[in-house]
Amino acid sequence: MQMRPMTRVLLGLACLLVAVWLVAPTLVVVPMSFNENKSLAFPPQGFSTQWYANFVNNPDWSSSFINSLKVAVLVAILAAIVGTLAAFGLDRMKSRASGLLRMVLLTPMVVPGVVLAIGIYAVYLDMRLVGTLPGFVLAHTMLAIPFVLIAVTASLEVFDKRLELAATSLGAGRLTTFRTVTLPLILPGILSGLLFAFVTSFDEIIVSLFITNPYLRTLPVQIYTSITRDADPTVAAVGTILLFTTTIVIGGGLLLFARERRT
Amino acid sequence: MAENKQVGRGAAIDIRSVSKVYGNFTALDNVSLGIRPGEFMTLLGPSGSGKTTTLNVVAGFTEITGGNLEVGGSSVVGIPAHKRNIGVVFQHYALFPHMTVGRNVAYPLALRKVPSAEREKRVKQALEMVKMSDFAHRYPSELSGGQQQRVALARAIVFDPPLLLMDEPLGALDKKLREWLQLEIKRIHRELGTTFVYVTHDQEEALVLSDRIAVFNRGRIEQVGTGRELYDEPQTLFVARFIGDSTVLRGQANSDGTSTAISIAGETVTMDKRLPGNGAPVLLLRPEKLALRRRGNGQGESGLNRLSGTVTEAIYLGSGSKYEVRLKDGSTAIVRSPLGEQSFDIGEAVEVTFAGADAKLLADDSTADQTLT
Ligand SMILES: Nc1ncnc2c1ncn2[C@@H]1O[C@H](COP(=O)(O)OP(=O)(O)O)[C@@H](O)[C@H]1O
Ligand SMILES: [Mg+2]
Repeated sequence: MQMRPMTRVLLGLACLLVAVWLVAPTLVVVPMSFNENKSLAFPPQGFSTQWYANFVNNPDWSSSFINSLKVAVLVAILAAIVGTLAAFGLDRMKSRASGLLRMVLLTPMVVPGVVLAIGIYAVYLDMRLVGTLPGFVLAHTMLAIPFVLIAVTASLEVFDKRLELAATSLGAGRLTTFRTVTLPLILPGILSGLLFAFVTSFDEIIVSLFITNPYLRTLPVQIYTSITRDADPTVAAVGTILLFTTTIVIGGGLLLFARERRT
Repeated sequence: MAENKQVGRGAAIDIRSVSKVYGNFTALDNVSLGIRPGEFMTLLGPSGSGKTTTLNVVAGFTEITGGNLEVGGSSVVGIPAHKRNIGVVFQHYALFPHMTVGRNVAYPLALRKVPSAEREKRVKQALEMVKMSDFAHRYPSELSGGQQQRVALARAIVFDPPLLLMDEPLGALDKKLREWLQLEIKRIHRELGTTFVYVTHDQEEALVLSDRIAVFNRGRIEQVGTGRELYDEPQTLFVARFIGDSTVLRGQANSDGTSTAISIAGETVTMDKRLPGNGAPVLLLRPEKLALRRRGNGQGESGLNRLSGTVTEAIYLGSGSKYEVRLKDGSTAIVRSPLGEQSFDIGEAVEVTFAGADAKLLADDSTADQTLT
């Protein structure tokens, strides 16, 4: 159907408006990060890269960044493994209990973060997990598993189980079948789940605020404390770095998937 | 793994009183079937009659709930599918989409740790056999349905299984392609000498391909035999109606032990045959055993049975003509007359004639064939 020119212009304008609305708040941090003064005022004054230097040199910032990376990488791997196994198990479960189990596994996604945080905090106090790497990894993995579960379940739904029957008839045992047929075909789902898990952990703040202590601080916690204490434009510098990193990672991921699809 | 007793390269199969029950539904009811080494056996029957279940039982995809199953002379009950060394071709091709054609075909060889030089040679041979050598580097998604199925066939034979199972492999293809691939499958069977078990619901396909056909109905085998045996000597009404055209007549039967007279809407036909079992029989006639002639056209040959009716359909077939005649009791007779015979028009009053010796008397099992489609 041919659109009338007027309609097309209006539609274009509406799209532009929505796009600006979605992206503008994110892009505001970019100019702010080059502010000359120690303030988060917008529009910023002058130009300087001192806040980037501060991010690298100030151990408060650099170590929290390293911590976040460490935690997020471990969480991504752990959640991808556990989530994939759970998705596979639930997919193959004949019992009707599988629906219930799936819901239980998805609860961390719907339960309010604070409620979870309080529960985790109470348990962690007892078990001395507050402010420890295992503590962070465990808590974040719990939060990330639903994302992997959803992504892998979606790939398993389009996966043709009859291929497994074919592999079996050709001489492959169950493990070989999984490794050579099922796994490669649901890999895009696992990878996107892994990416989600990484991001979930990397910008998790609510639970992290509860289980953090001065010895182990993740980047979001550091940003939050910094911004409540003083208006440090390093926050904007961090924001800008994260913005570009995630854009590159996600963009690269999409490109990779697109290539997978084609083959 | 079981030591295969083979004649040539095909394994014998012995299905003995096999049952498969799902909950309170019996999918296979005491099925027995012997298949000879190298034989092309087709399992024929309507949808839901248990053909796939039988194949899955032999392949090892489904556990049986009763009976015994031998492949190559030894029982395979309890042996998992991946250790049975049986080739399977599925209706939906089931090629691995993430592997090229070449890697798909090499897959069973890689699992068997065949050295790569040998592997390459055998993949090449198998692809040549199905005429797909030029496509080794393509992905399945880049092939047509017929090409995919040929690759699937290559993959199922590349590891030299003594038995190949095929479940409606041509079911998703159009008629022309199907007919061509039937001949290809026949040729491959001849060249390999492997035992083939083939599932179809298409009687023509079964007749083209098979050494013998097992006709399935409601989880049971009705009859096993060559196409000719099933056509000429059907043992049940179900088999008669499933294979070829037939005229089925019902009436009041009287038998004196050696001959039987049946009265159909006031006309009586006789034959020197005994009643099959007890209960009302049905009279079965194949189209070429029937002849037509104009009514009131003298006495004609004596000893011929006659039924009057009206031509409702006349089809010119090239090699002859096929007529449908509505008889007095409302049933339809199908008549095939060879080329050169007198021709009849629709609406013409005719007599359908047949020799008593050409008629078959069968038990009426028409209540049992409601699944017939
Ligand atoms: N896993 C199963 N559970 C319950 N019933 C089944 C199962 N598999 C097959 N059946 C039933 O067994 C009957 C025979 O099926 P099948 O062997 O597939 O027939 P077909 O002759 O069409 O290949 C069908 O009525 C089918 O519904
Ligand atoms: Mg079937």
